[in-house]
Amino acid sequence: MTSTMIEGSPVTAAASLEAVDVAAWFGSSLVIDNVNLRMQPATVTALIGPSGCGKSTFLRVLNRMHEAVPGAQMAGEVLLNGEDIYAPGHRVTSVRQRIGIVFQKPNPFPAMSIADNVTAGLVLTGTRISRHDRETLVEESLTRAGLWNEVKDRLETSGSALSGGQQQRLCIARALANKPDVLLMDEPCSALDPMSTRWIEDTIRELGKTMTIVIVTHNLAQAVRVSQWSAFFLAEPGEPGGIVEQGSTDQLFSAPQDPRTADYVSGGFG
Amino acid sequence: MSTSTPETLEPRQSRVSRQLDPGFERSDRIFHKASTLIGLSTLVLTGAIGLFLGEQSIPTLSHYGLAFFTGTQWQPEIDKIGIASVLVGTAEVAFVAVCVAFPLAIMFALFISDFAPRRIKSSLISAIDLMAAVPSIIYGLWGFFLLQPKAMDLSRWLSQHFGWFFLFHVDTDPNAAVWQQSRYTSSVFIVGLAVSMMAIPLACAVMRSVFDLTPLGEREAAMALGATRWGVVRTVVLPFAKGGIIGGTMLALGRALGETAAVLVIISPAYGINFHVLEAGGQTVSALIAGNFGNATKAQLSALLTAGFVLFLITLAVNYGAAIVIRRSRSGAATEI
Amino acid sequence: MTTLHEPGDAVAASDAPVARVARTPRKIRRLTPDDWTSLVGALLASFALVTLIYEHLLNLSGVLGYLVCWYAAFVVVYATVLRMANSRKVVIERLVTVTLYLAASIVVGALLSTVVYTFAQGFHAYVHLNFFTHDMTGVSPTAPLSQGGILHAIVGTVIEVAIAVIASVPLGIGTAVYLSEVGGRWSQSVRTVVEAMTALPEILAGLFVYVVLIVYVGMPKTGLAVSLAMAVTMVPIIARASEVALRVVPNGLREASEALGATHWRTVYKVVLPSARAGLATATILAVARGIGETAVPLITSGASSFLNFNPVTNPMNSLPLYIYTSYTTHEPSAVTRAFGAASVLLAMVVVLFVVTRFLSRDKGAPR
Repeated sequence: MTSTMIEGSPVTAAASLEAVDVAAWFGSSLVIDNVNLRMQPATVTALIGPSGCGKSTFLRVLNRMHEAVPGAQMAGEVLLNGEDIYAPGHRVTSVRQRIGIVFQKPNPFPAMSIADNVTAGLVLTGTRISRHDRETLVEESLTRAGLWNEVKDRLETSGSALSGGQQQRLCIARALANKPDVLLMDEPCSALDPMSTRWIEDTIRELGKTMTIVIVTHNLAQAVRVSQWSAFFLAEPGEPGGIVEQGSTDQLFSAPQDPRTADYVSGGFG
Repeated sequence: MSTSTPETLEPRQSRVSRQLDPGFERSDRIFHKASTLIGLSTLVLTGAIGLFLGEQSIPTLSHYGLAFFTGTQWQPEIDKIGIASVLVGTAEVAFVAVCVAFPLAIMFALFISDFAPRRIKSSLISAIDLMAAVPSIIYGLWGFFLLQPKAMDLSRWLSQHFGWFFLFHVDTDPNAAVWQQSRYTSSVFIVGLAVSMMAIPLACAVMRSVFDLTPLGEREAAMALGATRWGVVRTVVLPFAKGGIIGGTMLALGRALGETAAVLVIISPAYGINFHVLEAGGQTVSALIAGNFGNATKAQLSALLTAGFVLFLITLAVNYGAAIVIRRSRSGAATEI
Repeated sequence: MTTLHEPGDAVAASDAPVARVARTPRKIRRLTPDDWTSLVGALLASFALVTLIYEHLLNLSGVLGYLVCWYAAFVVVYATVLRMANSRKVVIERLVTVTLYLAASIVVGALLSTVVYTFAQGFHAYVHLNFFTHDMTGVSPTAPLSQGGILHAIVGTVIEVAIAVIASVPLGIGTAVYLSEVGGRWSQSVRTVVEAMTALPEILAGLFVYVVLIVYVGMPKTGLAVSLAMAVTMVPIIARASEVALRVVPNGLREASEALGATHWRTVYKVVLPSARAGLATATILAVARGIGETAVPLITSGASSFLNFNPVTNPMNSLPLYIYTSYTTHEPSAVTRAFGAASVLLAMVVVLFVVTRFLSRDKGAPR
């Protein structure tokens, strides 16, 4: 089915992702411009900044979800292990398979059971798998997402019966079951309570040891807790958003170079 | 190892977006084509209904010409055919039905959306839906056997007191000691009442759904200013739902214009333009077609199909108008998630 | 009692020996005795007044007129009573409320009377078992109710509706998918036409199929023709109701599916359609309820018959609405009772479909 999968590094070795001079439009309005960011392998990169500065748009450009919005356009390149994912001949579907995303609001498929939700990616991309492999995959993905112990006895019940935090971890498991090279997360904890947030952050830290993760967050403390690299986005009024400053998380928060970054990380305006 | 990216200050040259390869799988291209094809087939179907009926009406229209629209007689035996009187009859039935249905539908819709105790609200919605699902032939039987004897009293009373008004005139002595009941049976008025039973749920369902779309914020704003429920309805709900009210009524009108079975059961066919709605006898286009279809000759068949073509154009115009009005009234409120 | 515990802390369970006073919610915005007395008082006073003057002073008769006069008198009395203690705003509010209650009871009353009257009038027909097991072959309209039955009409209706469903569901849901999931240059026109077609008079669908199948193709009048005409009226209903059901599916699910690398087709087939399952079933049943009651369609495209016919492609096939109509037109008392009996069966079918719809739409989004 998906015979034209991009041949890349084996799943175990983490992949690198690089945005080169990225711009994005909604209709005729340019929302981000000149974004250059290298997301290191096996590293958690946090995108921080006030609302409406284009962080989420940028994140969606990274796995071609951006173009799902009618009228959305982009420019520049996104390189996965050096290969441009926007190059002609790369199928949107296989790009999205290799670069998974977890959205702000948990959205398990209501018509599927927990186990079916985990393997939804396989069903949806038409990948066949043996019953035994499927069971292994479900357990492995749920374990990596930190949900296995809570749901192992009710895998066949509906995913929508879980709590919000559990649903979000189910969505993480669902993304992981696709064995992506990179995992994108768009404010994954903003709709959750503090306890669930802590759980998810643990999960992210754990996954970040072996995977390339990019996370958008409004919560500065969270960026400090989970990420090794941070990029600060800002949009001046009437101007498209872009990266003002980037660097290792420690440095960006302790010794920011740009006064605007300093303002933001100390006061957290916006 | 922090790297500040100095930018924003340089003049930005206007950028050109990349031409993206949508990279649709073959299955998607087939899927899009197939579903477009299915969608278009409904357009084609409508067109085909008009086309076929139109084609069938050519012989009739060329034979009778304009007289087909102005003639009031339906006497194929003597080659006198015209639909003026049935068109008037159709309009009268629809008029009576809408006059009865409109106030009841809007009041019932308001009752459901704003006044009914919350625990009976869903039962009332079910009642409206069930009312829409009851077959029209059953409303016909109900109208003929149960409603007619009661409605005749009303007819007589109206003609007694308002007989000077041409609509309520009945060509008999309404004050006679023994009143001539047969003058009041099977009238356009009674047909209209039965048809209104089908128009009410249609109009009510549209109106209610639009009332429920009224932004909660505006409702609460009015309530917070101390408005009573009626105050909220008058200042917020009704102005918001104007389009839905008009559209729902038009939809009901379209239904009333095309209703067949209930009319067929109740009416006693009579031709000739007659505005006395309380008086016995009348005819509508749909009942004319259904009633004469069984024993029609080829020429008569063509005449009936022509009448059907005219009905098609009228109902399509009314329903199309209703669809547009309703859509416009909803477009502002129902923003996508 | 009120200290905060960590989740999973075991202390909470053990230190709750103090019996909690079971609390009931306060009843707010309850009618006061004053409200009640003014309402009931006005009802009684107007009733007494109208009883007194209706026949003697106004010289009127008839139950309907009586009720109208009672209501008019009630409004006047009630308004006067309310005005004594309340502001104008409150009086209007109350009058509007009683008027809406009246309108609602008229509508509900009309519906109930239809249902009850039909079942009551048909009672003498459907108590006989033969009513369900025989057809009308060789039974004259004047025959007693212990002879003949409507089996042929029931069978005809079921077969016709089944074929109509098979023909209209793929088209209807396909159109809804086009409108809601695919779209394109034509979607606006298709949507408008579909909305306009939902109210297409059934008789026109009948004429259309008559012209195409019977005049052009030369097919005889059969049950199949009825089914196809039914399908013409059902497609737009299914399409419209299904589109609403598909639009309700949260966009997040489509995004989640596409983010997993699904093709558009698989997203629709595996995620969107299953999520809207209940709504799609409701749409279909809605259309069936409409199709099952069509009278003009079989009148034009099939014609009545009195015998049992399982074959939709040869010979006319009777159906319940058509049977009701033809029995009614004989004006024979026993035939009319049979018509009501058949109407009861038809109504029962509609009510059953209706209850199924309610049931389906209730557990929307529930697991399989």
